[in-house]
Amino acid sequence: MTALLGVDGLTKHFGGVAAVNGCSFEVSEGTITALIGPNGSGKTTAFNMITGYLPADSGSVAFAGKAVSRPDPTRLYRAGLTRTFQQARVFPALTLIENLTVAISQPWKSLLRRGVSERNRERALALLEEFGLERLARRPASELSFGQRKLLEFATVLMGEPRLVLLDEPTAGVNPVMVQQIEQHVRELHSRGLTFLVVEHDMHLVMRLCDPVIVLDRGATIKQGPPAEVQNDPAVLDAYLGT
Amino acid sequence: MSRLTRAGVLRAVVVFGALTAFPFVFPAQWIVNIAIFTLMYAGLATAWNLLGGFSGYLSLGHAAFFGVGAYAIAIAFTHISIGGSGYKPFYALPLVGIAVGLVSVPIAWVALRVRAATFAIVTLTLLFVVQQLAFNLHHITHGSQGLALPPPPFDVSTFEQPFYFAMLAVFALALFTCWWVRGSKLGLMLLSIRDDEDRSRGVGVRVTGAKLIAFAVSVGFTGMIGGVWAYYIQFIYPQFAIDPLITIGAVLMAFLGGKGTVWGPTVGAFILVPVQQYMAYKLGASELYLIGYASVFLLIMLFLPRGIIPSISDRLAARRGGRTAGPPGTAVATPSRATLPGGMAP
Repeated sequence: MTALLGVDGLTKHFGGVAAVNGCSFEVSEGTITALIGPNGSGKTTAFNMITGYLPADSGSVAFAGKAVSRPDPTRLYRAGLTRTFQQARVFPALTLIENLTVAISQPWKSLLRRGVSERNRERALALLEEFGLERLARRPASELSFGQRKLLEFATVLMGEPRLVLLDEPTAGVNPVMVQQIEQHVRELHSRGLTFLVVEHDMHLVMRLCDPVIVLDRGATIKQGPPAEVQNDPAVLDAYLGT
Repeated sequence: MSRLTRAGVLRAVVVFGALTAFPFVFPAQWIVNIAIFTLMYAGLATAWNLLGGFSGYLSLGHAAFFGVGAYAIAIAFTHISIGGSGYKPFYALPLVGIAVGLVSVPIAWVALRVRAATFAIVTLTLLFVVQQLAFNLHHITHGSQGLALPPPPFDVSTFEQPFYFAMLAVFALALFTCWWVRGSKLGLMLLSIRDDEDRSRGVGVRVTGAKLIAFAVSVGFTGMIGGVWAYYIQFIYPQFAIDPLITIGAVLMAFLGGKGTVWGPTVGAFILVPVQQYMAYKLGASELYLIGYASVFLLIMLFLPRGIIPSISDRLAARRGGRTAGPPGTAVATPSRATLPGGMAP
């Protein structure tokens, strides 16, 4: 399989602390790859650097075979790389339909046209129906529960027709029923060809959903491989349990 | 563009029909004078709302562009003597608006790199920079001596009317633009920026471009209003033409009526300016009007904390079993001073 995302020697210091320290890994196209590690191992910082929310001190990122010299969230989104956040981020004052519609790439010449065209409305409604949110389509996102916001955020990033979605703790803080829903969505979208890179603390979910698994510890990659291999690796056990 | 509704069209026809008839129904000059300043602040607040209300970038420097528009008209029709006076300054207003908008782009490009309180401070600083330029570019602005415009050759009995209709036209255009933008893709982009700019970038919104357009259009209208004001006042000084209280007045009205809504700033201006003027005329000598004026704010903060239109909308929605909560951070601010600037004597 070809590498859709390549991360090489990514490093970030906050003062004297190396949050990410020479982190390197690859995400192959068509996989659901997990990025795991103990708290503070640099998973979210790595996500932030890959998606352009945080400048890296050093290292490089390549997406779809092209080096990303200056990662910028807008450009990456248009190129097909997008993400969700640990704390779901939606636009609370916008309705659910508007939340989805704003994520559709707009050419400059259409800026003054109707905000939600009939075509985009239908597309947004279809996606909301898929995520079980259609009855709330015309409500502002501020009225959603935390779990519903997670679903809306997930649905929103799909409007850009991405190739790779980075999910930052997609099931954190949501109830077990919604965890199942999110897992189903990931599986369904994966079966349609979408690639995922998932940061997740629920190891049961990781082990049944993801392959391969990448393990970070103290900002560096310590293991990459199939779930069964990773969960028995002494270095991984050492990182999680400590010695 | 927004979806046209029968109620919306009816509302616009009633409001603008009433405003068009107003100077003929109430021809007394002092009343038309108050109406001119009411429309001026309604226009300023609506123009400010395009940026501050929709994108959440709270500019305190719009008076700089009000002053630029005022000086543009003053300089064009005194120093350069383009076409004398009469109605010609009004015809030049679109050019003034476009010029002010274009001039603002590089300034906005720098200012919009910062957010929240820092942006407010940067724009406030810009205001004082422009004011100092007006003081010191003596050969163009006559500095603190002020700049006189040619006296308009209008009939004394209806002297205010051309200014009233010019102000009404700019206000109507600003309101129409606000309505159009609110329902457009640009409006969605601006509202997403207001909610979460970083997230907007992450879903492909052209954040910088949207903010620059909103800034330029907003200050363009502000400059046009400044041009009408200068011609009406006929004599402008830096401290009056570029007065921070002009911005503060407009911002307060937008907050009062409901920033981020199409009609909110207009409602705020239509309540606040006549109340302020009435209080000033009736209670000005004792300065009790300051208490009355502040009381208006206190009452609205107490009973309609998100501004008039959003609070009323919420209550109506709650009564219909709809939503009750709205986006946070839209509380009404208190006035720092009761007197409105821009030639409105207390």
